[in-house]
Amino acid sequence: MTAERKMRINDVQVKFEEGETVLACARRAGVRIPTLCHFDGLSDIGACRLCLVEVEGSAQLAASCVTRAEPGMVIRCHTTRLAEYRKVILELLLAERNHVCSVCVANGNCELQDLATEHQIDHVRFDYQFPALGVDLSHGQFGVDHNRCILCTRCVRVCDEIEGAHTWDVAGRGGTSRVITDLAQPWGESQTCTSCGKCVELCPTGALFPRGTSVGGLVRDRGRIELAMAHRRHESCHG
Amino acid sequence: MSRLRFATAWLAGCSGCHMSFLDLDEWLADLGRLVEIVYCPIIDVKEYPDHVDVALVEGAVANEDNREMARRIRDRTRVVVAFGDCAVTGNVTAMRNPLGSARTVLERSYLELPTLAPAIPAAPGILPVLEDRVRPLQEVIAVDGFLPGCPPPAGMIREFLEGVIAGGPPVARRPRFG
Amino acid sequence: MSPDDLDGIAARENASRKPIQIRCCTAAGCLAVGAESVRRELQGVLEQHPLRDQTEVIGVGCMRLCGFGPLVRRDPDGTTFAGVRPADAPAIIAGQGPELTPLDMHQPFFRNQKSVVLANCGIVDPERIESTIAAGGYRGLRDALTLHSPAEIVQFVTRSGLRGRGGAGYPTGVKWSIVAGSTDPNKHVICNADEGDPGAFKDRTILESDPHRVMEGMVIAGYATGARTGYVYVRGEHPLVTDRLQKAIDQAREFGLLGTDILGRGLIFDIEIRVGAGAYVCGEETALIASIEGGRGIPHPRPPYPGKVGLWGAPTLINNVETYANIGAIVENGPDWYSAIGTPTSRGTKVFSVAGRVVRTGLVEVPMGTPLREIVEVMCGGAPKGARIKAVQTGGPAGGFVPEPLLDTPVDYEAMAAIGSIVGSGGMIVLDETTDMVEMARFFMDFCRDESCGKCIPCRTGTVQMHGLLERIGRREGTRADVLRLELLADVVRHTSLCGLGRSAPNPVTSSLRHFRGDYEEKLRGGPKS
Repeated sequence: MTAERKMRINDVQVKFEEGETVLACARRAGVRIPTLCHFDGLSDIGACRLCLVEVEGSAQLAASCVTRAEPGMVIRCHTTRLAEYRKVILELLLAERNHVCSVCVANGNCELQDLATEHQIDHVRFDYQFPALGVDLSHGQFGVDHNRCILCTRCVRVCDEIEGAHTWDVAGRGGTSRVITDLAQPWGESQTCTSCGKCVELCPTGALFPRGTSVGGLVRDRGRIELAMAHRRHESCHG
Repeated sequence: MSRLRFATAWLAGCSGCHMSFLDLDEWLADLGRLVEIVYCPIIDVKEYPDHVDVALVEGAVANEDNREMARRIRDRTRVVVAFGDCAVTGNVTAMRNPLGSARTVLERSYLELPTLAPAIPAAPGILPVLEDRVRPLQEVIAVDGFLPGCPPPAGMIREFLEGVIAGGPPVARRPRFG
Repeated sequence: MSPDDLDGIAARENASRKPIQIRCCTAAGCLAVGAESVRRELQGVLEQHPLRDQTEVIGVGCMRLCGFGPLVRRDPDGTTFAGVRPADAPAIIAGQGPELTPLDMHQPFFRNQKSVVLANCGIVDPERIESTIAAGGYRGLRDALTLHSPAEIVQFVTRSGLRGRGGAGYPTGVKWSIVAGSTDPNKHVICNADEGDPGAFKDRTILESDPHRVMEGMVIAGYATGARTGYVYVRGEHPLVTDRLQKAIDQAREFGLLGTDILGRGLIFDIEIRVGAGAYVCGEETALIASIEGGRGIPHPRPPYPGKVGLWGAPTLINNVETYANIGAIVENGPDWYSAIGTPTSRGTKVFSVAGRVVRTGLVEVPMGTPLREIVEVMCGGAPKGARIKAVQTGGPAGGFVPEPLLDTPVDYEAMAAIGSIVGSGGMIVLDETTDMVEMARFFMDFCRDESCGKCIPCRTGTVQMHGLLERIGRREGTRADVLRLELLADVVRHTSLCGLGRSAPNPVTSSLRHFRGDYEEKLRGGPKS
């Protein structure tokens, strides 16, 4: 590699390591790019589209979580157009399921709610869908409320990639997709779930929660997960 | 300059937004000097008046009375503000929507769940007819401003109203659902 | 089998032909209207017929005029009969009968076709490899292995100007050279036969009618790129394709045209079928690859492109059925022959399946650059009962509507894109003046909503919202604000979706709004001025 590993993000010159993503570079440079499906330590899937950025010379927007930094890249993260796109995507999410913040365990501790505020969303321009979705309380410790799920699949990935259980996956397609445990059996009957709780810690909304949590009572402790991930990385480097 | 003609109204909601409005405490006295309060649950005016400048409308549209009131407010008001999450998103009021139509909601509430004398109440002319689907205000009438929150905190209401009274746009600075 | 054996097989096959051949179409379109009972009856009547020693009945592939099936041709004179019933069998065998009126084979529908891909469709028996070999099948492969190096073949494909026939029009030669250029010893060739656009049936018909032509293209691709395994990903709703293709693969293995020593030249290449489970999104290459790997058929962000990181992480060449079907002819006749057909940016021919409100429904192969009007009006006869054509929909849910005044636009990747549609994979739906364009847009949005995989938010929920708005406008309850919402969502879904399905899902909306805004305005609450 002869070209210098430097790029520009929002007019800030950033140096990068081979293989680093645009998102990682932006974060290191102190440039905030909103994300929902990304979580440090999990594989990236480029699904939520909030981290889209403009790449000079490219007609298409790029999901910064899955775009490798290249020498000479010029990235814009905060144009008017991107702000509007992000706003619409968040509004689409809010209208898709029954995100009633006022009666949610995650009220005040929710990434979707925070992002809506960050993007100055004071109402949703699209029709609320009001789907009839269930809550599974068959597990002794945790519950899943599909009304709150945004299908980011962090639970699916942390269960597969970190815990190694792969209890979670996605069934159905399009608007009828939903997260399932094992072969769409009740969570409490899962043969593979180790009850480790990583999925609950990583859920960005109130979809996964410890049973007994009341409205606004959910407190996330991501430190535990981050430790597990760091340990995992260490093992894969030295094992 | 004449004072703004100001109203607040209450559709299908729990009145919590008006409680939060009352939490403005002594600033309410200032507000009374800054605007003319022409319609509000806390003043004794029965009919929504004409030529209202700004109205805060709490609650979703859940029945035919709500719809009629929303239309009247729209016709007689320059700036209509959806006040609180029920008006903005449907919120708790709209949590019956996944059940389906008004009929299924009534059956669930008055036939399936009660153990004593289950019967769907019918009082034509007294009880307004439920709509099949609860709607946020902007799905029924054009809305000029949004003040989300369940309820919107008193400080946010004050900041919002101060902006409007000063001639600014009806925009909440850091809107937050819930 | 050695390269020269091909000629021997062809000679034996030709020598065994009886003087009169009655070819009965057995592609899905004709089978659906009773071609199998026609064939059985022809066979049965022939057994007792005085002409039985001079006549044979052959099941063949598509004869193109699908809307008039079952089709039967009597060779060598080529007299073709449409709408044949079993009762017509004696007259057809005899070559005459009061109730039989042969089709005019000089009409523009037949005369104006230029056959490259479909050259053997309706001529060869797709279930007998000897029949294909007798008609010149695998000569391109033989030439490739005996006369050219792999690098020369890649050069050929590049120089031919062939572009991807799946719809996007990416230069095929570039794809081939990327895979050929990789030093990875493990490479794959995939044929995308997941044709799923409403109104498109050309890939299905090609594979049902002449599977060996596609396989030949894949083997040549294996030779050129160094890949040893090939997969045909067949749409689950096309069981006849799977059936015929499997027979073709078995026969090709038996004849040494697949396997570990192809044509005695030591070439190793084999083909397997993978059947889809009914998801349109699996036509998207990364989702298709995920599906072959046994995972959920959901797309993955590109780059990396499959040419670098594809099936099981290996460099993978993935092309459409029709793209592979062109390869043998390009090798046999040379790239200059091919690039002489078509326009400067879009070379060769293109196969279209023409359907909808049109007199002659069926398969059309024309040189690139042919005006749409020539296809739908001159060749296919325009709308039935003298109705006016309102528009032609090309490219399926990813495509757009071409309004009647723009029908002189040539079928060319750039020209079609310039008017807001695409050449697409080959579906062409003719719409007449009675068509409601809002309803058409709603239909396609319903399709996309149903087929969205659900992975990325804009496609998963944006299509649902757009469908709701189109329904509301269709019910005459929509407002101008709803049209603005529709346009906003179209912009967002197009530019933010993860894969091609979402990115092109708004096309029918934007295209109908662009050319038929009146259809929307007329429905708005309170009329056009609301």
